[in-house]
Amino acid sequence: MANVTLEHVSKRFGQAEVVRDLSIDVVDREFLVLVGPSGCGKSTILRMIAGLEDASSGSISIGARLVNDVPPKDRDIAMVFQNYALYPHMNVHDNMAFGLRLRHTPKPEIERRVKQTAQMLGIDHLLGRKPKQLSGGQRQRVALGRAIVREPLVFLMDEPLSNLDAKLRVQTRAELIKLHQRLQTTVVYVTHDQVEAMTMGSRIAVLNNGELQQLASPAQIYSHPANVFVAGFIGSPGMNFLNARLIRAAGGIEVQAAGLTLRLPPALAAKAMSAPGADVILGIRPEDVRKSEADRNNAEPQAQARVEVVEHMGSELFVYLRLAEDTLTARLDPSLEVAPGDTLPVSVNPERVHLFDPQTERTLL
Amino acid sequence: MDRLWLAAAVVAGIPLLLVGYITLAEGAVSRLPGRGSGWIRPWLWLAPGLFFITVFLIYPTVGTLRLSFLGPDSTRPVGLANYVFVFTDKSMLVALRNNGLWLVLFTLLTVGLGLLVAVLTDRVRYEAAAKSLVFLPMAVSFTAASVIWKFMFDYRPPGTPQTGTLNAVLSLIPGFQPRAWLINPPLNNVFLIVAAVWVWTGFCMVILSAALKGIPSEVQEAARVDGATEWQLFWRITFPLLGSTVAVAITIMVVFALKTFDVVYVMTNGNYDTQNTAFAQYEQLFVNHDFGHAAAIGVVLLIAILPVLAFNLRRFQQQESTR
Repeated sequence: MANVTLEHVSKRFGQAEVVRDLSIDVVDREFLVLVGPSGCGKSTILRMIAGLEDASSGSISIGARLVNDVPPKDRDIAMVFQNYALYPHMNVHDNMAFGLRLRHTPKPEIERRVKQTAQMLGIDHLLGRKPKQLSGGQRQRVALGRAIVREPLVFLMDEPLSNLDAKLRVQTRAELIKLHQRLQTTVVYVTHDQVEAMTMGSRIAVLNNGELQQLASPAQIYSHPANVFVAGFIGSPGMNFLNARLIRAAGGIEVQAAGLTLRLPPALAAKAMSAPGADVILGIRPEDVRKSEADRNNAEPQAQARVEVVEHMGSELFVYLRLAEDTLTARLDPSLEVAPGDTLPVSVNPERVHLFDPQTERTLL
Repeated sequence: MDRLWLAAAVVAGIPLLLVGYITLAEGAVSRLPGRGSGWIRPWLWLAPGLFFITVFLIYPTVGTLRLSFLGPDSTRPVGLANYVFVFTDKSMLVALRNNGLWLVLFTLLTVGLGLLVAVLTDRVRYEAAAKSLVFLPMAVSFTAASVIWKFMFDYRPPGTPQTGTLNAVLSLIPGFQPRAWLINPPLNNVFLIVAAVWVWTGFCMVILSAALKGIPSEVQEAARVDGATEWQLFWRITFPLLGSTVAVAITIMVVFALKTFDVVYVMTNGNYDTQNTAFAQYEQLFVNHDFGHAAAIGVVLLIAILPVLAFNLRRFQQQESTR
């Protein structure tokens, strides 16, 4: 049983408040990802859970025990640092055994756990080496191994993949997911990379300026972002935002942007009625923009967009369009032949649009 | 006024001479046919250094070695008699013992206290102020420091006003009899060492503190999360990582312990069994005018320092090769 509960936690460094009234409940065995841009306070939150920073106010509990005044060594947590923080004067074996030795674990037990973990991570042939003699990927494994042998209540990981090259990062990402499924231990994972957050998290906590923006499953965050920040941060390329107006027309509600008018489906229209004013921010994900089929007699209104930049990614095609005064990114079928300067008839899937209040930037749906 | 001119001439002249040498030598080398300039150029650059080392280091060393086998007036050979003197004379044996005392106590205290101050101040907000205070004595010359400590340890007979700081303070304790700190052997040696430690602790603190700042904070945090107490953190992580710097500090302190002269000269003038080898050498040379004895002491000191130098050189090479 190891859930981690933060209640109304704040952290101030002098005048600067880096974490503001944060409440998160990390469920037992969950892989919770804290994600946000640099300076959003995510690492500070992790360090407060570890006990390396004191919370200015609020309470932090691990497994139902209040740990605000418990030093890191007694919190039964293990942490993986961004730069691995291996002990340079110890070999891999001793790096992994260090925490167990401090806890006076019996020697045979230490050997068994170190060996087993090293095998699991494929570093058993490196046990005699010093950190200096290892590659970045190997060091990363040792850092993971050092945390795993401890069999802690909670794993805390502070951007453990960010020092790896792109290919190794993707590979290790998958391994970490497998590892979590196998170990079934609570993980709190900090990253600035929304792809890592989406692929690894059971739930994602999106942070900005020290405040929690949204805490939900990856699918929920993607399909129902709580505000403009979350909508723009999650997803690559990011969501398109257009200034628009709600128009009550015969038989429903229309959203009118400069170069585009959409009729909202009834379900969305009912919710959009709650908008305080007529002005809204219209959010459209790139994959919801498509090329209109001229021959098809479709009900979707279409717009004429000018192609500005074309990016061929192989499996997909990103086209940066100009639509009146707005720019619009579209993810299109890679077989489509377009060139900058072309005029492209586009339409937008009205079922999948997002509407935000321009004042509060919160979602209206 | 003449001296001022001479000083100015030296200050301006020597750099000019060197620049002139380099310009001329480089000019000459570039005029050589391609083949020859390859190996000759490094030697041209080395030559001034080699010249000064030969004149000021190698020649005197060889000269001292020669003198150490000659009599007091350097006219007739006496074989190993001077060395026999160094290792049998009663006063010399005390000097050698004192050197041993200095070697162990001075080194231990300066490095130990320097490390302590470096580690402790690393954790407080007034670090800079505390470190400046400890480093301050480095700015005082040894002679001045010795004079200061002479006042600290000063002794007046009981019943008269105590002018020595230590005795004056301790006299506040009822029943305390003033002590002649610098007169009673062998403890008086320890009080001399205290004065030297006061000066040199700051030096050790600075180099150890710099090394301490070089240890990534994440490594220490990792150890804390791994379950280390602050005590375990120091002995298992911090201290081993400071190891090479501690070794360097120790070797430097050993060299200083072996060659200490001023503290002894000023505080006790070598009396009351406080003389060390450097002081004995001075006495043989300038008081007894016995060049043979003085040279032999010098050679013994040199041989004692050689292993320390060798150790330091090896370290330096290792560092260079890992860089």
